Amino acid sequence: MDASRIERSLARIAHEILERNRDLADVALVGIRTRGVVIAERLAALIREAGEAILPVGSLDITLYRDDFMRHPVGPQPLVRSTDIRFSVEGRRILLVDDVLYTGRTIRAALDALIDYGRPRSIQLVVLVDRGHRELPIKADYVGKNLPTSPVQSVQVRLREVDGLDEVMLEEGA
Amino acid sequence: MTAVAPVTALRGRHLLSIADLSPAEITLILDTADAMKEVGERTIKKVPALRGRTIVNLFFEPSTRTRTSFEIAEKRLSADTLSLAVSTSSVVKGETLLDTVDNIEAMSPDMLVVRHASSGACQQLARRCRSRIVNAGDGMHEHPTQALLDAYTMRQRKGRIDGLQVAIVGDLAHSRVLRSNLLLLRKMGASIRVTAPRPLIPAGIEALGATPCRTIEEAVDGADVVMMLRIQLERMQTLFLPSLREYFALFGLTADRMALARPDAIVMHPGPMNRGVEIASEVADGPQAVILEQVANGVAVRMAVLYLLAGGSED
Repeated sequence: MDASRIERSLARIAHEILERNRDLADVALVGIRTRGVVIAERLAALIREAGEAILPVGSLDITLYRDDFMRHPVGPQPLVRSTDIRFSVEGRRILLVDDVLYTGRTIRAALDALIDYGRPRSIQLVVLVDRGHRELPIKADYVGKNLPTSPVQSVQVRLREVDGLDEVMLEEGA
Repeated sequence: MTAVAPVTALRGRHLLSIADLSPAEITLILDTADAMKEVGERTIKKVPALRGRTIVNLFFEPSTRTRTSFEIAEKRLSADTLSLAVSTSSVVKGETLLDTVDNIEAMSPDMLVVRHASSGACQQLARRCRSRIVNAGDGMHEHPTQALLDAYTMRQRKGRIDGLQVAIVGDLAHSRVLRSNLLLLRKMGASIRVTAPRPLIPAGIEALGATPCRTIEEAVDGADVVMMLRIQLERMQTLFLPSLREYFALFGLTADRMALARPDAIVMHPGPMNRGVEIASEVADGPQAVILEQVANGVAVRMAVLYLLAGGSED
């Protein structure tokens, strides 16, 4: 996917969000660090430009909720960064945003992390790319692109704000 | 100071001394503590990061603040914890330190947080134990997590450690807090002045990077940070101090003396404070004091240390 494909995918997702959530008063976006946050902010901008609403955006770091700690007893610990959610999730409809949906383990961790902040009315999942190979019963509500992959490949999402350019690449060898 | 390349892990298995940490590792601990601080501000102050790990707190010396701080840090990371205080353990029945620790190790804990009256006790345990050891204060040697939380507090209030002028006043001779702080502050580029009555200034303190001053006025002049150390009343007989009143008159931190420091200077104290001995109440409770922030930050910094050590390295 190049920059214009990514742009069109996000525009379509923003449109679907508006269609499915008539009243946006209690809707908020929460991106999973790092690139999920960038995507969440772009979606918020698209919805604002459509004149619909200014949705709050939070960022979630899921490092402390990962389930693979105990599997690498001698490896270094993953880097922890801050979660920054400046609104109450209690009773809100949350749109959880990530770049790639793969095994589902990141989303499982994110759901645990999010629910520790309160009880949202609902959580919907937004991803730019769904590459399949789920290991948990998790499904996205909004998908930018379904990308059939093999487990030995890796999907690299690069975004302007973090990587200097917009692209999604399928690379051989994980 | 030249910028240090960031690291993502600690090299050592244990935290025994600030001397073992590089500036990049210290920065990693402080950055991780930033994330841990946010956990403490939530309604549900708990994350599952150390679920299933067992941490034993072995305190062979009395401690309220440090032990409570470690226990809260461990619980916020979901570790299973147990605290042993000396008075309730079999140490009072004559068991040696190594026997006590061997018995605890036989029950397979993952980490031991140890405070002991002998300098070097933690090093000795680290050579022998499978568990990771965190030094919570060993004799007159070191108290590394205290220096890390002090550094965290300075960075939070001043935005940096590099280039800060730090004045340290009090019992320099017996203080493990001082030793750890000198090591850390020097590594991170701060300059340090110290002062105390003559008998409490250890020989060779210049070699640790501190400039000794004759008066508190000289030490505090233009400082960004004024750190007071506790006068250890239980050591009074050996301190050759004529009286506490005279100590306060000569070395106590009063509002007048604090006025010599920079207007935005902060006042720190590792606790427990002796009001009216090393610090006047009006300063301890004044707007420049960050003493309770130090305590609050202690939990976040200890969470960071425990989390990072739980990953560990190959050696």
